[in-house]
Amino acid sequence: MGARMVSFGGWDMPVEYSGIVDEHLAVRSRAGLFDVSHMGEIEIAGADALKAVQHITSNDAGKLAIHQIQYSALTTPQGTFVDDVLTYKLADEHFMLVVNASNIMKDFNWISEQITGLGDVAAVNTSSRYALMALQGPAARDVLQTLTGVDLAEIKYYWFTTGEVANVRCTISRTGYTGEDGFEVFSPPGSAERVWDAILQAGRSAGVVPAGLGARDTLRLEASMRLYGNDMDETTTVVEADLGWIVGWKKTEFLGLDVLQKQKAEGAPRKLVGFEMMERAIARHGYDVYIDDVKSGVVTSGTQTPFLKKAIGMAYVPVDSTKPDTEIQVDVRGRRARGRVVPMPFYKRAK
Amino acid sequence: MYPSDLKYTKEHEWIRIEGEQAHVGITDYAQKQLGDVVYLELPDVGRMVKKGDVFGTIESVKAVSELYSPVSGEVTEVNTRLAEKPEAVNTDPHGSWMIVVKVGDSGETSDLLDATQYGELTK
Repeated sequence: MGARMVSFGGWDMPVEYSGIVDEHLAVRSRAGLFDVSHMGEIEIAGADALKAVQHITSNDAGKLAIHQIQYSALTTPQGTFVDDVLTYKLADEHFMLVVNASNIMKDFNWISEQITGLGDVAAVNTSSRYALMALQGPAARDVLQTLTGVDLAEIKYYWFTTGEVANVRCTISRTGYTGEDGFEVFSPPGSAERVWDAILQAGRSAGVVPAGLGARDTLRLEASMRLYGNDMDETTTVVEADLGWIVGWKKTEFLGLDVLQKQKAEGAPRKLVGFEMMERAIARHGYDVYIDDVKSGVVTSGTQTPFLKKAIGMAYVPVDSTKPDTEIQVDVRGRRARGRVVPMPFYKRAK
Repeated sequence: MYPSDLKYTKEHEWIRIEGEQAHVGITDYAQKQLGDVVYLELPDVGRMVKKGDVFGTIESVKAVSELYSPVSGEVTEVNTRLAEKPEAVNTDPHGSWMIVVKVGDSGETSDLLDATQYGELTK
């Protein structure tokens, strides 16, 4: 395949195939296929499974129908992130959390601890049972449709179903991490290569290309999707990450709810904002942010984006500096470069 | 595959010495490691650089890397057109010179690698 590989959490991961820019633009205009099998899956089952999921995650899983998905936070009692997750409702008493690769064991241990004593419920780390491929881009649906009897048009955004892809039994969800329409396909690991090859084959005439972690990162940043470990972690709350929309504010209880309610009512001291650079300079993860010559925050993600062709990023800044057009300076290796706060998302696809 | 009229460093710069003038750029191996180049920061004309000094910065989508001068001397030319179209470093690395250095001490070029040695290094 000619991929440039990197070792990550025990997996050999493709960073890029034909190049980050090429793959990024392919996903925006056609489609790209990502191997994201390193993602983890933790299943929670039992008569009290919903109660357990409600206790450990911020979003209201009580609103989920079977086959529906929601973005959520696995929270600490301080309202910060143990991880960010997708919650899949497999059945009334059975949920699956899709978690970040580097957090699998931490999450599993945390969940096991937190649900002890909550009744009839158990958590199982099922990560090794699934390979995961993401087909993302405007051509994704038509290409995948040629390989499955499932009517993909019937799967709404953030819903999933089960069915065969290239004669392999899979879970197919209309989700992704690129800002484009697309699907994520969970297959048994032993059949993953067959599914992968079939999708690339079926997508050849439509210009589908294999895409790596490099393009995944630039695509998600353009779409303003957060990356755990960069944009939020155990020191940042859900409100500070400006993800109030993944909090079930009407829930009576979950870990950290009181802290988040207080921050919502009184305001958090800082907030994650999007910015773009106003001069030629690229702000990157970890660079200091200055406002009126005072060190005020830090860049959490930043790059030169291939599609928008701008240097953009996200940063935590004091709450009185979050308005669009607020000027910031980023310390780019000793030089202060000017940028300004802009609304997120940076990129939103045309419907 | 590496042009034989160029010399190379272990830091993956190339240098073409013609009389007192030395053109400096980065190698095909370096551009492949970096990936898509999006930004190039070069020194001002007149700057004195020492062998091994950082003379600029190159950034790809995913990484930042410093540029090291293979020789000592005064920077007499800077390729500002390349700085405006830095992606040329990917498409034509050995044709994309970044600076010209007026070489002083010729003795210090003796440890530069030739094309064959550099090819071995990057195998």
